Amino acid sequence: MIEIKNIYKNFGKLEVLNNINLRFQKGECIALIGPNGCGKTTLIKTILGMVIPTKGDILLDQKSILKEFKYRENIGYMPQIGRYPDYMTVGQIIEMIKNIRNSNQVLDEDLIKAFELEKIVDKQMRTLSGGTTQKVSATLAFLFDPEVLILDEPTAGLDPLASEILKEKIIKEKEKGKLILITSHLLSELDDLITQIIYMQDGAVHFHQTIADLLQATNEQKISKAIAKILKNKRNEQNH
Amino acid sequence: MNRIIKIIFLDILKNKIIVAYTLILAVLSWSSFGLEDNSAKGLLTILNIILFTVPLVSILFATIYLYNSSEFIELLLSQPIKRKKIWLSLFLGLSLSMVLAFFVGAGIPLLINAPDSVGLMMLIIGSLITLVFVALAFLSSILTRDKAKGIGIAIMAWLYFALLFDGLVLFLLFQLSDYPIEKAMIIVTGFSPIDLARIQILLHLDVSAMMGYTGAIFKDFFGTSVGLLISFLLLCTWIIVPFLISLVKFRNKDL
Amino acid sequence: MLLFSSFLHAHIIDVGPKKSIKSIKKAIYLAKIGDTIIVHKGTYKEGNIIIDKKVVFIGKDFPILDGQKKYEVLSVKADSVVVDGFKVIRSGHATLEDPCGIKVYNKKNVIIQNNILDDNFFGIYIQNGRNCLIKNNTIIAYGKEEQEIGNGIHCWKSDNLQIIANKISGHRDGIYFEFVTNSVIWRNISSKNIRYGLHFMFSNDDAYITNVFKNNGAGVSVMFTKNVKMFNNYFEENWGDSAYGLFLKEISDSQIIGNKFSRNTSGIHMEGTNRILIEKNVFQANGWAMKIQASCMDNEIVNNNFIANTFDMGTNGSLVLNKFNTNYWDKYEGYDLNKDGVGDVPYHPLSLFAVLVEKNPAAMLLFRSFMITLLDKSEKVLPSITPDNFVDNSPLMHSLPL
Repeated sequence: MIEIKNIYKNFGKLEVLNNINLRFQKGECIALIGPNGCGKTTLIKTILGMVIPTKGDILLDQKSILKEFKYRENIGYMPQIGRYPDYMTVGQIIEMIKNIRNSNQVLDEDLIKAFELEKIVDKQMRTLSGGTTQKVSATLAFLFDPEVLILDEPTAGLDPLASEILKEKIIKEKEKGKLILITSHLLSELDDLITQIIYMQDGAVHFHQTIADLLQATNEQKISKAIAKILKNKRNEQNH
Repeated sequence: MNRIIKIIFLDILKNKIIVAYTLILAVLSWSSFGLEDNSAKGLLTILNIILFTVPLVSILFATIYLYNSSEFIELLLSQPIKRKKIWLSLFLGLSLSMVLAFFVGAGIPLLINAPDSVGLMMLIIGSLITLVFVALAFLSSILTRDKAKGIGIAIMAWLYFALLFDGLVLFLLFQLSDYPIEKAMIIVTGFSPIDLARIQILLHLDVSAMMGYTGAIFKDFFGTSVGLLISFLLLCTWIIVPFLISLVKFRNKDL
Repeated sequence: MLLFSSFLHAHIIDVGPKKSIKSIKKAIYLAKIGDTIIVHKGTYKEGNIIIDKKVVFIGKDFPILDGQKKYEVLSVKADSVVVDGFKVIRSGHATLEDPCGIKVYNKKNVIIQNNILDDNFFGIYIQNGRNCLIKNNTIIAYGKEEQEIGNGIHCWKSDNLQIIANKISGHRDGIYFEFVTNSVIWRNISSKNIRYGLHFMFSNDDAYITNVFKNNGAGVSVMFTKNVKMFNNYFEENWGDSAYGLFLKEISDSQIIGNKFSRNTSGIHMEGTNRILIEKNVFQANGWAMKIQASCMDNEIVNNNFIANTFDMGTNGSLVLNKFNTNYWDKYEGYDLNKDGVGDVPYHPLSLFAVLVEKNPAAMLLFRSFMITLLDKSEKVLPSITPDNFVDNSPLMHSLPL
């Protein structure tokens, strides 16, 4: 569904993405992990069109997205830190995004109910805590029932209860056959969600495997342990 | 696009700094018109507001607002909207609210106390200056990602146009006083939007003095309808060019 | 007794297209001293009409005397002539002979009133006259350049004239006085003349009162004269390089009181002017309210209002030998702690920028810029370039009711 072809990105002399080639299919839930500064967020942002690649192409349903904007109708994005105009209320923000999208489709208001946003609909954004703001961001990402969901550190800052609600929602959407891309450092959070894992380091894809393959190859039960093992093996190989 | 403009416009109107700016303009204007029985002092106060306060507040507020909205801009970018549309909406929303603040604060007392060509001229020029410095704010905020640096650039730009440029001109005037430089000076003024604005208002405010000496040369140029038109076109250029540069940069910017 | 008897025997001679006498010249030829000639409506093209007898010469319904651009129209060459109610047009246009609409040659007690003079080279010319009255005339010309047109009312080497309630426009100088003494110019309106509204030279002991001088090429010029009284006149909208409301050169012992100077490039420009009292005038919205050149001494400037002028003062030197006292300056920013209506700190009416502009006129371009305002303010606090005795020590807090 999404095809990333030979993507390079330089910020000045700094190479942030170095020949990335990836393919994502419907119904997958893909975790994008890696140390800080490995290029995860930049990769996500190239898909969203916020970062313009130096070289390469990105296709969504076989169509290039470079210099396009309409395709974003099919993408829901939840940023790492959502900042909104200070003096708008939660209700106004939701209303505003609806307005901007200006679509007649049926809205997915599950999260509004689950997070009980009705109660804070009249609160101004600047008065909200980080976690509550994240709830708003999550709600907006899912609101238009998009085919692709891109979630940047979705559970960071959320309380356990909200975190759980969000996870359930992600699983539900995955089962509907949507493509979900998640970045996170907290691997334990992702165990029961993901179907594939991409590990990035220094702007390059280190490995891209299905969870089943990964666990089998490493003979582990937990994703976090499996990854740790792979990384350890790699380091050993390098040392020898 | 209108929806985004409306959102930004309403957001800014609720901003305390804009409310304070409007109030300060209003207090300054009304008090200076009220103190004297002739409107000249009030006009001078508003002239100083246009040449000093309006550029400073416009460029600073717009720059800071742009930096503070970087996440909001990201949010908009993740929506199916063209980049050009986002940037233009931001510009129009900011401009509209700054011009409205100027109009409510200084324009209304101006129209009530000096309902003649001077008042109207000052109102138009003040609005144009607001737009020029909002446009410059867009340029300075796109030049660097660093908020502190961006604000620094904005302040330097203001300082340059409000003060340093005139200092340079004065220096040149006295260095080159043996040459007939009056006509060349007309061209030089085109390089500063504040000077363009000031001279247009001067021709209305100090018409007697401008009729004498070299004033007449300036009057012969700026005072004619061609000169007026050129002045306005130059001011518009000062709005359009910085904004267009910032737009091109924004379209290729990584957020 | 002689006067009385001549009045009794006076005849009236009618002239007109439908009268038995159709020619003015003939009527004058027939008239006896003291007769009245009434000219009826019509156009009279008789070349130069010379009145060489004491007659009362009256026009009914403004008969037109046409000089056809060739002749001086009316020449008065007798004492005590009255010219009343004519429309005098199109005098000759030569430069050597100065042809006029109406000219008085070395006579006295002549009265010229209620006439309309249109498109003449000179309007009314009094040469060596005495006790003459010029009243209620409207004098219009359409000059484009100084050399192509004469003056509206031109008085030369005369004494005891009264110039009252005339309207003059479009001439070189509206009213011109040279070697005229003991005369009064009262309630005239002189506007849109090419050079001066009033031009005044070597004319001592005169007064001009309640006149309006508006929008003349260079305003009013008073030169080389003593004892002039200038009261309650309006000097307005005299704009341009070297245009002044009032230009004073080599004037002494005179008074300028109760005048209003508004919207002139310079309100008053003074050169070589001594012992003048400038009192109770209003200077409003001028480029420079006053320019006092260094050659002026012992002038007193008291109790005037200076309002909304671009510059209150200008000067070309640093020597100040003139006194300023109890004026109202709207630019004054001092305070009055004891509430006696007089500011507690002196006012320096000469701004730094005025000095800069005097040295480098192109600097006008920077006027009212923030930097200039800063410079001016700092100069006010610590005078370094402007002469520090250029000062009003008792500036008023409120404008005078003038």
